[in-house]
Amino acid sequence: MKKLAKYLFIAALLLPLTSLTVSAAGGAGVEHSGANINDTASLQRGAKWYVNYCLGCHTISYMRYNRLAEDLDLSEEMVMKNLVFSDSKFGETMDIAMDEEQAKAWFGKTPPDLSLIGRSRGADWVYSYLLGFYKDENGEWNNTLLPNLSMPHVLWSLQGIQTPVYRQETSEDGFTHEVIDHFKLTMPGSQSPEEFEETARDIAAFLDYAGEPAKLKRKGVGVWVILFLAFFTFIAYLLKAEYWRDVH
Amino acid sequence: MSFDDVNKGRRRFLVATTSVVGGVGVGLAAIPFIKSWMPSAKAQAVGAPVEVNIGKLKEGQLLKVQWRGQTIGVLHRTPEMVSDLSKNDAVLADPQSAEADQPKYVQGEQRALKPEFLVINMHCTHLGCVPQMIPQVGPQPFDADWNGGFYCPCHKSKFDLSGRVYKGVPAPTNLRVPPYSFLDERTLIIGVSPQGAV
Amino acid sequence: MAKFTSSVSKGAGALLNWFDDRLPVTKFWNATMTGYMAPKNFNFWYYMGSLALLVLVIQIFSGILLAMHYKPSAEEAFASVEYIMRDVDWGWLIRYMHTTGASFFFILIYLHMFRSLLYGSHKAPRELLWVFGMFIYVALMAEAFLGYILPWGQMSYWGAQVIINLFGAIPKIGEPLTQWIRGDFFISDATLNRFFALHVIAVPLAILGLVLLHLVALRENGSNNPDGIEIKKNKDADGNPLDGIPFHPYYTVKDIFGVGMFLILFSFVLFLWPEGGGLFLEHDNFIPADPLVTPAHIKPVWYFTPFYAILKAVPDKLMGVLLMGASVAILFFLPWLDRSPVKSIRYKGLWYKVLLALFTIAFVRLGLLGMAEGTPAQTWEMRVWTLVYFMFFVLLFFMSPGAKTKPVPDRVTH
Repeated sequence: MKKLAKYLFIAALLLPLTSLTVSAAGGAGVEHSGANINDTASLQRGAKWYVNYCLGCHTISYMRYNRLAEDLDLSEEMVMKNLVFSDSKFGETMDIAMDEEQAKAWFGKTPPDLSLIGRSRGADWVYSYLLGFYKDENGEWNNTLLPNLSMPHVLWSLQGIQTPVYRQETSEDGFTHEVIDHFKLTMPGSQSPEEFEETARDIAAFLDYAGEPAKLKRKGVGVWVILFLAFFTFIAYLLKAEYWRDVH
Repeated sequence: MSFDDVNKGRRRFLVATTSVVGGVGVGLAAIPFIKSWMPSAKAQAVGAPVEVNIGKLKEGQLLKVQWRGQTIGVLHRTPEMVSDLSKNDAVLADPQSAEADQPKYVQGEQRALKPEFLVINMHCTHLGCVPQMIPQVGPQPFDADWNGGFYCPCHKSKFDLSGRVYKGVPAPTNLRVPPYSFLDERTLIIGVSPQGAV
Repeated sequence: MAKFTSSVSKGAGALLNWFDDRLPVTKFWNATMTGYMAPKNFNFWYYMGSLALLVLVIQIFSGILLAMHYKPSAEEAFASVEYIMRDVDWGWLIRYMHTTGASFFFILIYLHMFRSLLYGSHKAPRELLWVFGMFIYVALMAEAFLGYILPWGQMSYWGAQVIINLFGAIPKIGEPLTQWIRGDFFISDATLNRFFALHVIAVPLAILGLVLLHLVALRENGSNNPDGIEIKKNKDADGNPLDGIPFHPYYTVKDIFGVGMFLILFSFVLFLWPEGGGLFLEHDNFIPADPLVTPAHIKPVWYFTPFYAILKAVPDKLMGVLLMGASVAILFFLPWLDRSPVKSIRYKGLWYKVLLALFTIAFVRLGLLGMAEGTPAQTWEMRVWTLVYFMFFVLLFFMSPGAKTKPVPDRVTH
């Protein structure tokens, strides 16, 4: 009992010192997406959106079509008909025809491959990014998470066009800045705001999955492994206790 | 240390149980690591079936393609080439392809789904060189009674126009036939057997 | 049935005799297992050594499997890791085994070293045991640093950039030295390839050799224990220590249980939390290395951060490098800095408990600060804890010989 009290005291001492935890891919302006990779229908929709709107510029060159089919419960026929617009084969990776140098010339920067954005930034970031596009005062596309980016709002026909409404804010240094208070939908798109949020969520879930397809399987395997190990450890404990009856 | 009431039976039981459960665990754990040596998704994609357009393949012409690192030949046989096949039986080691590595759906002396198209793995069954096709009937330096076929320059093995191996040559078996099927009149696919075929 | 089993065991006995005539199999078994008398009062802290050995085996096993698919070139490395994660059957399992194993190795080693600070396992006659252990620790740090560059992500590249540039701080030879280490004028394919060779072959061999020496040195004097009592001082009629029990079967059986508990924890992380909240697998490392883009926040992996904080605490580059080196080097001298007449914390005064608590807090706090951006307030805090870290050794040296101790019993307690 004394030992337990001692350890608890030490732990209590150390606890307030852990206030510098590393933040995962979160930060300012990132909203909770609710993206769920276990929702296969969501992943399927996300795949559809991605192939139709994003794959033209952004490769996901570590994903294979046949892996997608297997994980998203799609037949080869469905995939080849609805998701493959190039002459890629079923077992090949999701690359595009656009030349890297050309892309750089057009956009100023090669659109990055998005295979791992689900791991480097996270689903919530992707979600917030897709919802964060707006037309600024210069009539240019801008984004709350990547100011002055070179990517246009590819999904504008779905979301519509939103423009910012500013407010004055005084920061710590005494100066007043204009910050974005909220957005106004100045031109509606083909989707309602709720529908577009779902679209963004589906794409975020899809990219979350694409970042680590094994995630769908590893947790299930892990539970069984841990259950087996618990059983083994229990038996091992009985064995240990039996022999240690000799001691003392 | 007290050894007075050592229950040997219980100890043996617990040691055995722990060993068995542990052994089962190790055995199960080994499975994923052994599986990781199987051809990866990339190897399978590279080894994917190959479609071959035979629409323009003229009679007597041989077309070579690569499939899973092997050279596969597609030969458009003339009717004479097909009918002459039975003449070779006396000089062949395995005329009925009893020992040959081929799908169950290619049988007999023609060894093909359609007699006019021979699909054959062109690696000599001796040590893997690719034989030359010598389709002309007539005396050759290596055979006075040559009836047309494949001749391997490495160690002089001979095969007929169905890829069947001659007697008395280093190659032990007939040339292998890969799994294949016809997608339509002009296209065949190497690596995929016909629907429902075993 | 009885006849069958008895003839099987007779056959096995004959086979063993054949080997024993040619190789000291039974002698070795008796010397290291059934005849090695270990104190009977080992507690939780005494699991770490055997578990660390298990993790070494796990790392070698998973490492060999990874090396079958990994490509050590700047063009292919990053893609080959994703190939392992996606295209190789169960490749993700092998990869996570290796990353989880790396972090657990350090957790275990830090706990293993802490045990020594608790019970005085570094003190005479076990000084060399401690020194070999320190060499293993340094080799392990090298191994981890070399391994981290291999995925060739942003953190791999830029972390290597920062650490190798530290060598540039050495006057006169610094610049040519960094070029020699890199094999190029900047971190490149040449660097990656040689780090791969060192990580897979050279350092593992060194670690294996050092572990062997470590175990031989352990066997020579036997293990210490939580009471810090030398059990060989009290022997029975047969010459066996009264407080000793044969390692086999008692500690083999106990360690198997320990392995089970450990593997549950290990599996929990591997299968359910492999990224460890960004600590075991860093988010920035999922971005391919780009020499033109510096990440917003470069930091080493969590197990290096205490020393990184000490480096950052010092404004001068060379002095920072020297102080960081000193913070590791000073540990080598622990057996001679600790001049206490008793080994275990149980029989030392309150002063040591306070000192050790402060040292631990300093180490943990420095670790956290090492991960942070380094605001001015954080930099001052790093300096405070760096001072506490070094003061532990200084105060230990001066206070240990004269401090009051409690009487040490003859026989072990618990």
